Amino acid sequence: MNATQVKAADERILQTSPLRKLLGRPELGSVVGAIAVFVFFAFFADSFLHAASLSTVLYAASTIGIMAVPVALLMIGGEFDLSAGVMVTSSALVSSMFSYQMTANVWVGVGVSLLVTLAIGAFNGFMLTRTKLPSFIITLGTFLMLTGLNLGFTKLVDGTVSTKSIADMEGFPSARDVFASTITIGGVGFKVTILWWLALVAVASWILLRTRAGNWIFAVGGNKDAARAVGVPVTRTKIGLYMGVGLGAWISGQHLLFSYDVVQSGEGVGNELIYIIAAVIGGCLITGGYGSAVGSAVGAFIFGMTSKGIVFAEWNPDWFKFFLGAMLLLATLLNAWVRKRAEATK
Amino acid sequence: MARFRTWVGIALAGALSVSLAGCSSTGGKRAEDARKAASAEGRAAVNTPRWTFAMITHSGDGDTFWDIVQSGAEQAAVKDNINFLYSHDDEAQQQAQLVNAAIDKKVDGIIVTLAKPDAMKSALARAHKAGIPVITVNSGSEESKEFGALTHVGQDETIAGEAVGEELNERGREQAVCVLHEQGNVGHEQRCDGVEKTFDGKVQRLYVNGTSMPDVQSAIEAKLQTDKSVDAVVTLGAPYADTAVKAKQGAGSKAEIDTFDLNAKVAAGLADGTLGFAVDQQPYLQGYEAVDLLWLYRYNADVLGGGRPVLTGPQIITKDDAAALADYTKRGTR
Repeated sequence: MNATQVKAADERILQTSPLRKLLGRPELGSVVGAIAVFVFFAFFADSFLHAASLSTVLYAASTIGIMAVPVALLMIGGEFDLSAGVMVTSSALVSSMFSYQMTANVWVGVGVSLLVTLAIGAFNGFMLTRTKLPSFIITLGTFLMLTGLNLGFTKLVDGTVSTKSIADMEGFPSARDVFASTITIGGVGFKVTILWWLALVAVASWILLRTRAGNWIFAVGGNKDAARAVGVPVTRTKIGLYMGVGLGAWISGQHLLFSYDVVQSGEGVGNELIYIIAAVIGGCLITGGYGSAVGSAVGAFIFGMTSKGIVFAEWNPDWFKFFLGAMLLLATLLNAWVRKRAEATK
Repeated sequence: MARFRTWVGIALAGALSVSLAGCSSTGGKRAEDARKAASAEGRAAVNTPRWTFAMITHSGDGDTFWDIVQSGAEQAAVKDNINFLYSHDDEAQQQAQLVNAAIDKKVDGIIVTLAKPDAMKSALARAHKAGIPVITVNSGSEESKEFGALTHVGQDETIAGEAVGEELNERGREQAVCVLHEQGNVGHEQRCDGVEKTFDGKVQRLYVNGTSMPDVQSAIEAKLQTDKSVDAVVTLGAPYADTAVKAKQGAGSKAEIDTFDLNAKVAAGLADGTLGFAVDQQPYLQGYEAVDLLWLYRYNADVLGGGRPVLTGPQIITKDDAAALADYTKRGTR
C-alpha cells in the first residue's frame, strides 16, 4: 500500500523533457498529418502555393473551423451534437426573417438570433442532463426538428423556401463588415472568418488550459461520476458546452447571411459530420476526455486543404469524394500512429 | 437559477427595447407591403366538380426551383377548382411510394416527375390500370409516353445545355466550367453534356457541395485560381450564380458567370451586368400547365403535344429581359 503511494508521488514529480511533452500533445498527430497533406498538394498542384490559393484554403478551413472549435470542446466533454449543421442555417434564417418581418435594423435580428441559438444549445444540454438519454438521441431529435422548422417556418413567414434579401436594410453594411468582410494584405484578400476562427481557437485554448472550467470539461469527459463526486458541476458544464456550440453556429450563420444576403432554408444538412470529422482528425477522442482546440483548427485546415487541393490539382472530379475520403482516412491514421508512438515513449 | 432567470429577463427586455427603437427605414417587410398592389384573391373560374390532383416530385427539402413549380400548380388549381395535393421526396423509392399512396387515395389525376424513371415505372403502370390520368413534368421526356402518361411538360435538359453552349459561342468564350451542385444527378450531367456538345471551347466539370455555400464559393474560387484561362462559369441553379460571382471577385478572375434558372438575385445580376445570361425553363409554367392540362383532359378529353413533350424551355434571358422579369421573381413566380 505504502509502496504504491510513493510510486504514484514519484511519477507526478517526474521531470519530462520538452520533446516528450510535445509528443504527448493531442494535436501533434494532426500537425504531422497537416504537414503531409500540405507537402503532398504543394508537390502535385502547381497553384497551391500561391498566396491567393492559401487565402482560399484558409477561408474554406475557417468556415469549418469556427464550428469545429466548440464541437471539439463538446467532444472533450464527452458529448457530440448532430444539430450543429442545421443550427447554422437556423441562426442565419432567424436574423434575416426577424429583421425583415419587423422591418428592424438588421443588428436587432443579429441579437435575436444569438439568443435563439444559445437557447437551442441550452435546450440540448438541459434535455441531455435531465433525461440522461445519450447525446446521439437528443441532438438527432433537435437536428430533425430544426430541419423541419427551418423549412416550415421560412415557408410560413416568407411564402417561399428562401428568405428575402435584406441587403437594402439599415445596419446591413456594418454587420457585413463584422461577419463577412475581406481584409486585403499584400494584394491578397483574406476573409474575416479567418480572424473569428483564430480568436475562437485562442479563447477555447485559454478556457481549456488555464481556467477551472477547462478542468471541468476534461473531468466530465473523462469520467462523469468521478467528476461529480469531487464537486465538478457536471450539469452546468455540459449545458455550457452546448451553448458554446450555439455561439459557434451563430457566428457561422451570420457569416452565411451577410455574405450571401439570402438564405436557403434547406442548407446545412450533413455539415455536422464535417465538424465532427475535423475535431476527430484534430485529436479529439470520440469517447471524451482528450483533445484540444488547436487540434480542431488543424483538423479543419486539413479538411480545407484536401477539399480545395483536389480542385487545385485538377483531378478527375468523378473521384472527388473518393480522394477526400482517402485523404481523411490517411490523415487520421497517421495521427493515431504518431499518438501511439508518443504514448509508448512516455 | 434565480440569477439565471434575472439574466434571461434582462436579455429579453433588452432585445425588445432595441427592436422597438432599431427600426430600419429602408427595405424589409414594410417596403414589400408598400410595393404590393392589391391583387385579387384567387377564386375558381369554373364550376366543374372539385377534382383532386396529386403532384409528386423528386425535389429535395427547401429547393427554390420546386417552390416555383408548386406555386404555379397551386394557382392553376385555384382557378380550375381543383383540390391540389403536393408531396416530394428526393429518394426514388420514397417518391414511388408517394405515387402509390396517391393511387390508393383514388385521386382524379397525378402529376409526377421522372428524374429516376426506372423506380417510377411500376407505380405509373398501376395508375394506368386504375384509370388515373398521369402527366409528367420537368424530367423524363423520353420515358413519359412509354410509361403511359398523357403529356410531358418540361424542358429537355440536353437541349437546354446545348442552348447554353451556343450562347457561349456567340459570346466568344473559350474555356467554360460547369458547376454541378449535386453529384450523381442525371439531369445535371445531361445539362453539362449539352453544353459540351455545342460549345466549341473546352468544358470542365466542377463538383461542389450544394448544401454549403461557403464550400461552393471556395471551390469555384480555387478552380478560377488554378486555371486562369477559364472565361465562363456556368452554374446549374440560380442560388449558386451569386456565389460564383463572389468567387470570381475573390479570385480576381475575368470569367463571365452564367446560370440555369432564375430568381430575384439572378434578375438583379443580369440587370447590373454581373451575370451574362440565364437559361430559364420556366418552372411556374411546368406546374401551371400540368394542372391545367389534367383539368382539360378531365373536362374535355383534350391532350396537348401530339405525343411529343410540351417544352417550357430553354429560354435565354439576358440584360434586356431582366428588368421586365424582376417583379415576377420577387413574388416567386419566375
